[in-house]
Amino acid sequence: MKVLVGVKRVLDAYVKARVKPDGSGVVTDNVKMSMNPFDEIAVEQALRFKEAGQVEEIVAVSIGPAKSEETIRTALAMGADRGILVEADAEIEPLAVAKVFKALVEKEQPELVLLGKQAIDDDCNQTGQMLAALLGWAQGTFISKIELGDGNVTVTREVDGGLERAQIKTPAVVTVDLRLNEPRYASLPNIMKAKKKPVDKTTPAELGVDATPRITTLEVQEPPPRAAGVKVASVAELVDKLRNEARVIG
Amino acid sequence: MAAPQDSVDFARANQSHADIRDAVRDLCTRFPDSYWRESDRQREYPEAFVKALTDAGWLAALIPEQYGGSGLGITEASIILEEIQRAGGNGGACHAQMYTMGTVLRHGSAAQKAHYLPRIASGELRLQAFGVTEPGSGTDTTSLKTTAVRKGDRYVVNGQKVFTSRVQHSDLMLLLARTTPRDQVQKKSQGLSVFLVELGDAYDKGFSVTPIDTLMNHETNQVFFDEFEIPAASLIGEEGKGFRYILDGMNAERILIAAECIGDGYWFTERATRYAGERVIFDRPIGQNQGVQFPIARAYCNVRAADLMRYEAARLFDAGEACGEEANMAKMLAADASWEAANACVQTHGGYGFAREFDIERKFRETRLYQVAPVSTNLILSYIGEHVLGLPRSY
Repeated sequence: MKVLVGVKRVLDAYVKARVKPDGSGVVTDNVKMSMNPFDEIAVEQALRFKEAGQVEEIVAVSIGPAKSEETIRTALAMGADRGILVEADAEIEPLAVAKVFKALVEKEQPELVLLGKQAIDDDCNQTGQMLAALLGWAQGTFISKIELGDGNVTVTREVDGGLERAQIKTPAVVTVDLRLNEPRYASLPNIMKAKKKPVDKTTPAELGVDATPRITTLEVQEPPPRAAGVKVASVAELVDKLRNEARVIG
Repeated sequence: MAAPQDSVDFARANQSHADIRDAVRDLCTRFPDSYWRESDRQREYPEAFVKALTDAGWLAALIPEQYGGSGLGITEASIILEEIQRAGGNGGACHAQMYTMGTVLRHGSAAQKAHYLPRIASGELRLQAFGVTEPGSGTDTTSLKTTAVRKGDRYVVNGQKVFTSRVQHSDLMLLLARTTPRDQVQKKSQGLSVFLVELGDAYDKGFSVTPIDTLMNHETNQVFFDEFEIPAASLIGEEGKGFRYILDGMNAERILIAAECIGDGYWFTERATRYAGERVIFDRPIGQNQGVQFPIARAYCNVRAADLMRYEAARLFDAGEACGEEANMAKMLAADASWEAANACVQTHGGYGFAREFDIERKFRETRLYQVAPVSTNLILSYIGEHVLGLPRSY
């Protein structure tokens, strides 16, 4: 089985995001960028399938500026076999990403596409669902457990109020949640090997995808600074404030 | 602070250096301050960390690819250790696994290399103990008293070592012992030999270890040899040439220790800077006071300067050029800089500098070692005075 894994380059999860002075977006120059943490979990899952002998090839795909190749190299250093970089300098929206993936799926013929449930920069949570719809494939989203069967995949989904198990047919698109696994760190031998692994480069246009944004960002604002807290003198006063000011208890 | 992110590894021009930094940092984030604080408090060997580092191949960086390592240079190895220190960890628990094997690699037989190096590379065998120092001979190495006497196909070892680090977490120990009595050689540096000793069943055969409790969580020991027999095949290279063999490894060790000090130095200046910017006294951050700000700034300057010397020494080493001068200077400057930074960091934190939960006092204790080990500052100055400046030998 071949697996396609999406790896997005995003602002590192531990960096404090700063809004650009003109409010047009978030500062990403000279800031640490990393692989989207949910995508790391997807890569890890693909590697575990490969180590279990259930997957032959893992192809890591990133769509974004040329520097996204670093994110692909990270996936290769974790153990993915090869990469595809789809270069796009402008902001690229989930529908365009899904269309690019569709074009790559038609070319690569994987049986499974593993994606993070969302990227931590824009929190869209749309690409996996859109891709499944465009391909007419089954989808399993927000999964915290996954088993590959013969012609199917059993997933455990994290839904409000509990867990839902479902069996879906392959080929399928699966988006992964936080608790699925703990991603490995890159090992030195794999970092060395990753340098020799191939990364193909293409563009949305070459894949026949119109990636022109349909949404215009009007303004990005910093969240309001946190107001100072108050000290309460007694439990009774605390309960009173929670009930009558914050209105969080009845 | 943006600059020290990459220290003087110029603008991450070398992508593979950047990859190494990122990957080691990533691994170290899984071993936060609390992990090191707890292992220090319990005086425990940081086994989980060492295992993770081993499994990810970092300790095999210097072992050639044909023996299962990554065949990298001392520059890359030094970056690995720098990052561990900079993340708040303590590479002293395992740094010797990286370089002790160098003696085997350079002077061992083909059979010894084929037998040991792949196992050292995989971590199956730990070679991170080196028995050199004795109670009666520290810096004056060639005065050591431990003897190894050839008897048929064996050597019989008698004597004592002290400050032998990590031996309880080693499967192999490199041992320097006298094989020809001092009065039978022309120079006292002759007649010493190096052995690669398997420790597996040694404890039943006249080899024993007594731990030494020290200022910091650093496993170090007294080691005793009582009619301890080892196979003659344990000898590395030629009998009697051991002192020269170990000298070969010293420059690598000095450069790597320098890099650890640099990592410590950046850790201290980063912590001090952060705290000085946050701590408000008399309605303003204490870092606004020059009395607080300048010692941190000065320490930072000295760490950066030492970092340059470390890269210069590493560059020469990797090019196969003589680097004794630079390796020694890098070690001394870096150890001085990290100690200065440690002091500035404690002073900046005031009382909190002594509170365990701030980790400053732990790193302060740990970095103090490098004024003394693996070579003391005075001996470096003697080396520079005598061998670089041509002044009379002072000892």
